[in-house]
Amino acid sequence: MDTLPEGAWLPMVFAGLMGLAMLLYAVLDGFDLGVGILLRAVPEEEQRDRMIHSIGPFWDANETWLVLGVGLLLVAFPLAHGMILTALYIPVLLMLVGLIARGVAFEFRTKAPESQKPRWDLAFQGGSLLAGFSQGWMLGAYILGFAPGWGAFVFALLCGAFVCSGYALIGASWLVWRTEGALQERAVRWARIALILTGIGVVAVSLATPFASPRIMERWFAFPEILGLAPIPVATGALFLVVFLSLRHLPRRDHALDWVPFAATAGIFILCFQGLAYSFWPYVVPDRLTIFEAASAPESLLIILVGVLVVLPVILAYTVLVWRWFGGKAQALKYY
Amino acid sequence: MDGVMLSRIQFAANISFHILFPAITIALGWILLFLKLRFNATRDEAWMDAYKFWVKVFALSFAMGVVSGVTMSFQFGTNWPGYMERVGNIAGPLLAYEVITAFFLEATFLAVMLFGYGRVPDRLHTLATFLVALGTTMSAFWILVLNSWMQTPAGFEIRDGVAHATDWAAIILNPSMPYRVTHMLLASGLTASFLVAGLSAFRWLRGDDSPGVLRAMRVGVFVAATLIPLQILAGDMHGLNTLHHQPQKVAAMEGIWETERGAGLRLFAWPDDAGRRNRFEVEIPRLGSLILTHSWDGEIRGLNEFEGQHPPVLPVFLAFRVMVGVGVLMLLVSWWAALSFWRRGRVSRPAAWALAAMTFSGWVATLAGWYTTEIGRQPWLVTGILRTGEAAGPVPAGTVATSLAAYLAVYAFLLLAYLGTLLHLARRPALTGPDAPGEPKRPGLPAAATLVPGE
Ligand code: HDD
Ligand code: HEM
Ligand code: HEM
Repeated sequence: MDTLPEGAWLPMVFAGLMGLAMLLYAVLDGFDLGVGILLRAVPEEEQRDRMIHSIGPFWDANETWLVLGVGLLLVAFPLAHGMILTALYIPVLLMLVGLIARGVAFEFRTKAPESQKPRWDLAFQGGSLLAGFSQGWMLGAYILGFAPGWGAFVFALLCGAFVCSGYALIGASWLVWRTEGALQERAVRWARIALILTGIGVVAVSLATPFASPRIMERWFAFPEILGLAPIPVATGALFLVVFLSLRHLPRRDHALDWVPFAATAGIFILCFQGLAYSFWPYVVPDRLTIFEAASAPESLLIILVGVLVVLPVILAYTVLVWRWFGGKAQALKYY
Repeated sequence: MDGVMLSRIQFAANISFHILFPAITIALGWILLFLKLRFNATRDEAWMDAYKFWVKVFALSFAMGVVSGVTMSFQFGTNWPGYMERVGNIAGPLLAYEVITAFFLEATFLAVMLFGYGRVPDRLHTLATFLVALGTTMSAFWILVLNSWMQTPAGFEIRDGVAHATDWAAIILNPSMPYRVTHMLLASGLTASFLVAGLSAFRWLRGDDSPGVLRAMRVGVFVAATLIPLQILAGDMHGLNTLHHQPQKVAAMEGIWETERGAGLRLFAWPDDAGRRNRFEVEIPRLGSLILTHSWDGEIRGLNEFEGQHPPVLPVFLAFRVMVGVGVLMLLVSWWAALSFWRRGRVSRPAAWALAAMTFSGWVATLAGWYTTEIGRQPWLVTGILRTGEAAGPVPAGTVATSLAAYLAVYAFLLLAYLGTLLHLARRPALTGPDAPGEPKRPGLPAAATLVPGE
């Protein structure tokens, strides 16, 4: 868009905030859903417990970013919220069922009778998979502008699989960072496999997106924009390489580089997100509704903005604090 | 059944399931803070034992509240898109404030509360317990502001059919908000204290008379006995407020068809919506007017003045009686138990049985109360602004029926699992001693009983 409508800054700020919440959600809940997806890859209960302890203190706050993201969509772009969620009715339902199963399994697996534990582990993994898969499905449907037809459906399902592998990648990288010993070695192996699948997924989605809409095609491949945009795919490729190389040299005895795959994977998530955001700007419902058309009344947005500007730094500050208290290699979590 | 009706049932099922857990956690957070502070002050292990048991129940209930709450936050978009289009300018900011001031607070500090003991300084752990309790209470506050605004809207104007905020103070301090917040917080206090007292009584009756169990039972009984008279008073004031703003709802609650002076109190009746009359009526003359208007011959407007504008009478009438009935039972049982604690220093066995039977009475009363409120507001979704049918989305009925069936199955299963797990926790012998959970496992106990890793 060359000329922006008047008063455009508010919808833009809110689109930015919403994007930030969704991105933080994908990275943060991404790693704990990923750990869930991998959970039953180890047979030993003791190691499963350790995997869960590594995410126990974080998952609830991580999931809250989803509530904030959807909440901002709801409050800032109510028209779009209704259109998107009614179009995605079924995958939203599946995601919620998945998140429910995963969230309660955290508690039940330690509190229900011991004999039920394997079943709650199954619910934990199944729920994580279902949640990741349906999020990918939604992403796929969104990219194609909710187009009907089998082709679109298959594409959405493929996206579901790719998002699961992306989550598995960031989950495995998390475990590489936060665990040690045999579990860490396993996590390195999982990360390698997930890296390949994720790579295929990123390439497939990047290729499919421009073909889905002539507008996006034009936006990406027009000259001279393409020069300014080239860094996104290049940097993504570089980060893939970083993950790949670091995984070859891990685990190391001094544990100094354990954080690298996680940080690089998070970087990949951020760049992919950038790419998508660039493709769809300024639409909130692809090719149908722009953020300016969908925005709620300015006075309501302002009052939220004030709250967000005051509170968000506080949230970030205490989140950092809690992360520091629970930093380092995962320890057994006990109530006492 | 059409999509609108199914959407309504689905929304009601979701929120009914959700409210069960906040009803516990809002007040249980404060009870935990009390236990922790008592322990800090006395260093008496019994307090810590009680804390350790109830923090597990808290964690479990909290997780149930979070997952069903996340589900709730999608319901507006999936089933009521018209709602946000019409009143989103007001509902939106209130929901946003709930997320940023409450949800992050509780979700982040929950980790410190559950796993921080021994890892962070003790004061910080106490502070985290406080912040979680504060967070849950603030969640309740914001969502109740929204609900109250839907019942008694204020501080807005309609432009092009869409509500725009004109005065945020008036929106937040809308006429029914103080009553609703007070009544709901007290309801949570009662739900949690009857749960604590009831489950402890159950453990005691099964032969566990460790000090932690008795201590918790005592706290539960005294909290309940203190709160119930306050709740009845608050309920009475709430009723006066409703009579003022939503007279047709009160007429339905009381089953009054014709406008009367000196109306009687219907103890029982079976309102017949089609025939517009009550069957099997048992009434105490004049008492209705006395309670509702605080005067023997106060006037109450009957339903016939609101034909076509009032809610279905039967469910509102019955739900209201269930709530009040449970309230009266709560008064009797908690005072009985409190007296026996007070006179003998311990509870008598029959009183303990009564407490155990009342373990989940808070749930019954809370649900009944909400059904009175929400069904009583029909046919309006937002009084005077938006009718329920106008807000429904375009999702086909078959799809809604599928999702409804899925939610019902998941919820029924989870409710059973939750109750089963509470029972399982309650049956395990109490662990006493300074570091019991870290001790070598006792023979015969499963590993998880002694070493309870968190979430
Ligand atoms: C433990 C729970 C509990 C108990 C014992 C009571 N209530 Fe209640 N009541 C609630 C839990 C509740 C509630 C679930 O919290 C409601 C629904 C909405 C609200 O704000 O509070 C409610 C709503 C509610 C309303 C509001 C209707 C409306 O305008 O929307 C009235 C008039 C009363 N109650 C009155 C009473 C009276 C006279 C009681 C005396 C025994 C009583 N309640 C006991
Ligand atoms: C405080 C936040 C709440 C909000 C914002 C809210 C909002 C709504 C909305 C949007 C509907 C759907 C429209 C309708 O059918 O009327 C509804 C209906 C309903 N809600 Fe609530 N609700 C709240 C709390 C509750 C609670 C805690 C309960 C019960 C435990 C409850 C029980 C119901 C029931 C039974 C209906 C169906 C009424 C009917 O359709 O006849 N609500 N509410
Ligand atoms: C339409 C209505 C509602 C929506 C959209 C909603 C949404 C949510 C969400 C998303 C969460 C999870 C927060 C987290 O991630 O930590 C939650 C939890 C919570 N909700 Fe609701 N809620 C609704 C109704 C209610 C009502 C009626 C009450 C009580 C009066 C309530 C009180 C709470 C509390 C105290 C929590 C904290 C978690 C817990 O204690 O279980 N909510 N809600």
